Amino acid sequence: MKDWTAEPAFRIAAAIRAGEVSARAVAEQHLAAIAQRNDTLRAFTDITTERALAKADALDAARTQGQALPSLAGVPVAVKNLFDVAGLVTRAGSKINRDHAPASQDATLITRLEAAGAVLLGALNMGEYAYDFTGRNAHDGHSRNPHDTARMTGGSSGGSGGAVAGGLAAITLGSDTNGSIRVPASLCGIFGLKPSYGGLSRAGTFPFIASLDHLGPLARSVMDLALAYDAMRGADPLDPVCARGTAEPVTPSVEPGLKGLRVTRAGGYFTRMGEAEAFAAVDLIARALGAKGSVEFPEAHRARAAAFTITMIEGSSLHRDRIRTRPQDFDPEVRDRLIAGAMLPADWYVKAQKFRRWFQTEALKLFTQTDLILAPATPTSAPLVDQQDFVLDGQTLPVRPNLGIFTQPISFIGLPVVTVPVWPEQGMPIGVQIIAAPGKEALALRAAHWLESQGIVHAKPAK
Amino acid sequence: MNDASGLDAKAYAASMAQALGLPLTPEYAPQVEANLALAFRLVQLVLDFPLPDEAEPAPVFSAEGHGA
Repeated sequence: MKDWTAEPAFRIAAAIRAGEVSARAVAEQHLAAIAQRNDTLRAFTDITTERALAKADALDAARTQGQALPSLAGVPVAVKNLFDVAGLVTRAGSKINRDHAPASQDATLITRLEAAGAVLLGALNMGEYAYDFTGRNAHDGHSRNPHDTARMTGGSSGGSGGAVAGGLAAITLGSDTNGSIRVPASLCGIFGLKPSYGGLSRAGTFPFIASLDHLGPLARSVMDLALAYDAMRGADPLDPVCARGTAEPVTPSVEPGLKGLRVTRAGGYFTRMGEAEAFAAVDLIARALGAKGSVEFPEAHRARAAAFTITMIEGSSLHRDRIRTRPQDFDPEVRDRLIAGAMLPADWYVKAQKFRRWFQTEALKLFTQTDLILAPATPTSAPLVDQQDFVLDGQTLPVRPNLGIFTQPISFIGLPVVTVPVWPEQGMPIGVQIIAAPGKEALALRAAHWLESQGIVHAKPAK
Repeated sequence: MNDASGLDAKAYAASMAQALGLPLTPEYAPQVEANLALAFRLVQLVLDFPLPDEAEPAPVFSAEGHGA
């Protein structure tokens, strides 16, 4: 039988709707792939076999009865383990939260994906409490990059990146507070969508930084991102920042091509502190999209610093009691950051939030001159799993807080971003951020889809 | 406290851990201090940027509530 684990979700769904393959067969192939590769990749922490096969059988039965199947019929999906999955403990990458009772119901986005026909295969490894850019986890083992298992996936949605790149799921959901969808998408050579802040409901997920948390899909094609986004968008009174949910559907807008799109590059801050491969990838995409000139996000270095400050203080506030009572049960790499954050004064937090408003006002002015802005997604391709430092512009810096230097200023003000994977002639992939104005996900997806249709970007199945 | 970069991470960590009841064992201290030193450097970039007293912070709040 054809290997469906390398196919994009939209093809899988089309084949199931047409009766070329059953949803059960697709689910069983993916479950077999998980059984074979997960010990190495450390992508899944929970596998929901019974649930997946029951859903697949229901879809096959519905088709046999002549019912029309929905857009993601039979598409194997999985979610970062900070999403509530009914019957599973929401571990959020931690040891401590394993003491919680199992979730009584699914997160909103899982309910919506399943309503569109998706088949949930399980929950995915992540950096503890999402305070991470590497995909390392002391409790569940480090996520490993399917394209080179000596290298990291990036994080914190490490399992979400590894599962898609490794053919264990067609679409995964991750969270992105400072870059945790875009960093693994970049390092794993796949597509990722971080929607506008407030664009997708966060209800039923374990939080990290309420001011900055986003959720979104990772996939092996742009159309898959669009289908998943449309299946999940819409108001949710259970998430205060998504209560009005006015997002427009994006799938009808993905295909028209580049006509009328104004594209430019992010200058200044986004042209320093990276390896040549990061900037070469932006050059390639800029040439392909006919990008003109550059714009500068004003004070982007301070935006990154302010996002860093808000993250330290809000994150430490969330975990303060656990730090006091169970410090030994944290991943050491996370614990020491949280202890430090718990020592910072409130004044610094308020100033960072005031700066955030200023930066947003200035950054939004850029979109009077352009529709899309290009920037590197990560300063390098995937570092080695145990690599602690790297050298950027001659400075030796720790990997963990610095893999997100190009993503952090953008999520800081909630702009939507599609990350597209660029493959050099040799070596590992690296991503480019296509950044749009708030609510303009469709424009970034349109450009990404055109690049994919021209073969300039693609998600290569891992061997 | 407008001079973050001048703070001594080691002394700061010791005094804040004691005042706030935070764990700072010999095992934790080096990385806590390293994280503080990084935070001080970055926070200084925020503190150095002049903003008027009227500057509004970013968080969203609605007096009507959000589900309305």
